[in-house]
Amino acid sequence: MSYIPTASQTAGPFFNFGLTANPGLGNLAAAGAEGERIRLAFRVIDGDGAPTPGDAMIELWQADSIGRYPHPLDARGNETGRFHGFGRLETDLNGCCTFETVKPGRVASPDGSLQAPHINVVLFARGLLKHLHTRVYFESDPANTQDSVLALVPEERRATLLARHDEDDPATWRFDVVLQGDRETVFFDV
Amino acid sequence: MIEYPRTPPGTQPAYFHEAYRATHRRAPRQPLICLPHTLSELSGPLYGHNPIGETDNDLTRHFPDPPQGERIIVAGRVLDEDGRGVPGALIEIWQANAAGRYRHSRDNHLAPLDPNFRGAGRALTDAQGNYRFTTIKPGAYPWRNHDNAWRPAHIHFSLFGSGLLSRLVTQMYFPNDPLIPLDPMLSAIPDREARQRLVSSFDLSITEPEWALGYRFDIVLRGRRCTPFEEPQP
Repeated sequence: MSYIPTASQTAGPFFNFGLTANPGLGNLAAAGAEGERIRLAFRVIDGDGAPTPGDAMIELWQADSIGRYPHPLDARGNETGRFHGFGRLETDLNGCCTFETVKPGRVASPDGSLQAPHINVVLFARGLLKHLHTRVYFESDPANTQDSVLALVPEERRATLLARHDEDDPATWRFDVVLQGDRETVFFDV
Repeated sequence: MIEYPRTPPGTQPAYFHEAYRATHRRAPRQPLICLPHTLSELSGPLYGHNPIGETDNDLTRHFPDPPQGERIIVAGRVLDEDGRGVPGALIEIWQANAAGRYRHSRDNHLAPLDPNFRGAGRALTDAQGNYRFTTIKPGAYPWRNHDNAWRPAHIHFSLFGSGLLSRLVTQMYFPNDPLIPLDPMLSAIPDREARQRLVSSFDLSITEPEWALGYRFDIVLRGRRCTPFEEPQP
């Protein structure tokens, strides 16, 4: 017998005290975790260009600096305990939140090729009846041209999945999640 | 690695729903791009190692004095698509108090806050996928979606299963609530049975004599090969 997955409902605007009370979840990799430390700064914008004021939540899931997930499906394991790979923050009144992590390595595709470094993003918000999936890739990474997921995205929309270096701070990458409009972010049906 | 089944049409809400106003400027307009499932999607955050406090699943015991309202027990099982219990799943809940007000700085509803009720809890499912919360029955409250709009009483649920694709945030409703047929969030789910599955059922076997009424709410997460990768912590 097949059971049908329970329907999603919006997280609404008032999830803060239930889900995002712990700002420590803004750090995906504790001090001492291997790899290049980066900050990943998000801004979430609606169809009017307005930020989501405190009523959106971003969750991240990523591999470590050599492309291993801390999960039993990844046979290579990740034993240090310093890398969690999971993050969760609410957006502030300007629609922004910033995570601390390490730049992920490359993860294998089912066809055996290697994916470009990427971070999985899950977005929840008032007005989203079901969460949205997208991915952060890194602008100018030479592996992007070989990535099997980016290859599925129409070329003119690929730039919406690229985080960009902050002009003043090379350790910070910026990524806008645009829910609607000319620069609408690519979202995935998973 | 095997891909998860896709969810049957009509059993999940659409992103754009005319009657739910906040979707108008937030629902994506471009078609979503179908993503093959890779290790990135099939793996997911594990919470089994996170310490869960003794009273985390009893929202009536977060302050020295009990909260106002009708004490209830909400219990059930978390299952995968084969109907097998999902062990070690993290469940987080949050809700309004008995008067229909959230402990949130931007909830302006003119109803009293309860100093003895925060309204958030969490639990891990046991080896068979069972969970249990003690809480207060939340009140209905108005919202500004349309003229004279009221949300049916509900408890928000957030769940982490075995992988990123199992992630679920939903709301549990109460049986025989007259507001349910009027609710735009529920009507966004096309399939009638899928809507009905979000409504808990009164359950005398969960009810505790001289103490609290019991409601059953079973939840199905995506995934067929439930991987018992981690025993829940004692």
